[in-house]
Amino acid sequence: MAFAAFGGGAPAKDNSTKRKGGPIVLVLILPGLIYLGLFFMTPLLSLLVTALESPDPSGAIGAYLYDLNFGNFATVVTQYMPQIIRSFGYAFAATVFALAISYPLAYFIGVKLRGSPLIQRLLLTLVIAPFFISFLLRTIAWKQLLSDNSGFVALLHNLHILAPTSYFIGTDAAVIFGLTYNFIPFMTLPLFTNLERLDIRFLEAASDLYANPRKVFRKITLPLSMPGIISGTLLTFIPIAGDYVNASRDFLGSSKTSMIGTMVEADFLQNWNYPSASALSVLLMALILIMVTFYVRRSGTEDLL
Amino acid sequence: MKKLSFGKLALPIYAVLAMVFLLTPIAYTIMFSFNDSTRSNTVWEGFTLRHWAQVCNRQDVCDAVTNSIVIGVISTIFATILGTALAIALVRYSFRARSLVSLSLFLPMATPEVVLGAGLAGLFFNAGVGAGMTTIIIAHVMFCLSFVVVTVKARVQTLDPTLEEAGADLYANPRQVFRKITLPLLMPGIISAALLSFALSFDDFIITYFNSGSVTTFPKYIYVAAARGVPAEANVIASAVFMLAIFIVLATQIRGAIKRSKLAKS
Repeated sequence: MAFAAFGGGAPAKDNSTKRKGGPIVLVLILPGLIYLGLFFMTPLLSLLVTALESPDPSGAIGAYLYDLNFGNFATVVTQYMPQIIRSFGYAFAATVFALAISYPLAYFIGVKLRGSPLIQRLLLTLVIAPFFISFLLRTIAWKQLLSDNSGFVALLHNLHILAPTSYFIGTDAAVIFGLTYNFIPFMTLPLFTNLERLDIRFLEAASDLYANPRKVFRKITLPLSMPGIISGTLLTFIPIAGDYVNASRDFLGSSKTSMIGTMVEADFLQNWNYPSASALSVLLMALILIMVTFYVRRSGTEDLL
Repeated sequence: MKKLSFGKLALPIYAVLAMVFLLTPIAYTIMFSFNDSTRSNTVWEGFTLRHWAQVCNRQDVCDAVTNSIVIGVISTIFATILGTALAIALVRYSFRARSLVSLSLFLPMATPEVVLGAGLAGLFFNAGVGAGMTTIIIAHVMFCLSFVVVTVKARVQTLDPTLEEAGADLYANPRQVFRKITLPLLMPGIISAALLSFALSFDDFIITYFNSGSVTTFPKYIYVAAARGVPAEANVIASAVFMLAIFIVLATQIRGAIKRSKLAKS
């Protein structure tokens, strides 16, 4: 999938003959599987258990008792509704923007540059270049480039897009901007791996049959690139919905842009309210699983990996 | 006619603009590693090499980077070994638990970092394990594993099984076939998986923050410092890592291109 483009070589061409595996398969898969069982599945189950706990009768801070307290879910839903709406709203907007920015770029690199593999490789390296430099520093760079006394904000003031007393950093738009920027490579890579394999003869056939460019795109290119769009949107939407760094007050956000992750961190690390943090995490995970199941039904897990 | 030529230029111009957008904050970060600033590194105050020459004057930055490198190397070794084994099994063998294995590898990638971080932290807390280097490494191996499998799997799929069969026909035992044929052929995939794993580990903030206790990694250092201003020394480290990584990627690509053109000639 997406990360094959990281330098793993030619696009996957499955010419393997599957053998019946005996004990060798167990040797190969058991260590990894046990590891994931211990440190991926168990933590999720432990979150679920903690999400049902109640405060300890002794009243000690950070002490809780397990008692099937489903009320925690109702509490976090009502208490954190603005953050839940914001997280999914931001994730939706940033995913749409990332797709709109990435698609033409991936099309250009994957289809138009086929004749010049060297430039193609170079541009691909530039697309993944942001991975090699701390995303926190890149986000701080944007914060300073778009700060209250930057030329960008002066321009917005002059064009009367922003009122003279308001600024860009700390707004919903700034957070969506940062999220879009940070996750563009996660969208471009899967789109590229898909479009790279697009057979242009289909496009030629369609235009030979008098389809205009717009129709060729709508009827041929877009449907054929659906698998790329699906894995790209998953790879961006999920991490964005759980991110809280861009929205943090010290980065592009303010106290008015807190997301689900902000609240999980505060409840877990500062307030020691483990049941609340866990219930909120479980809720986020459940909402995302519903979305993923919907996608997986359409494309199959084999394609996603 | 005019419309046609515009259509031809539109995509390349767009691509250049998109690249500028992607690379602007990188250029900014590198530029400000040369900023002659003393306290906060927000305003340009002139060019200096001071921060590059004396990075470890900021002991806290250097300690954080050392921690991040140690964590990155150890997690990468474990994740690469576990992940390569899984990738080989998934491509080469048919077994009943296949879809279960695929699903349990996909799920960690589909889980937001806060959930992974909070879940592990809760587990360690309940088990009475104090947060520190070990808990960070355990967490990093977990989230790097799936990415290693994806990367190595792509390479295993391009591998021609008849090469291994030829080895076996020439009386190599399975162990020799694996060591002399399979492993060398998989190496490019394994190396890129290891690089990806190191990059993910080195840059991870959210999961680390939940499981780090008093240990400071490079991203955690930046996050904490962001409130009062990140010193230019952090930019120096990030720029150096960036240049090294880009050099490695470009070198691998150029080597690959030379190899391909040689093959094409012969």
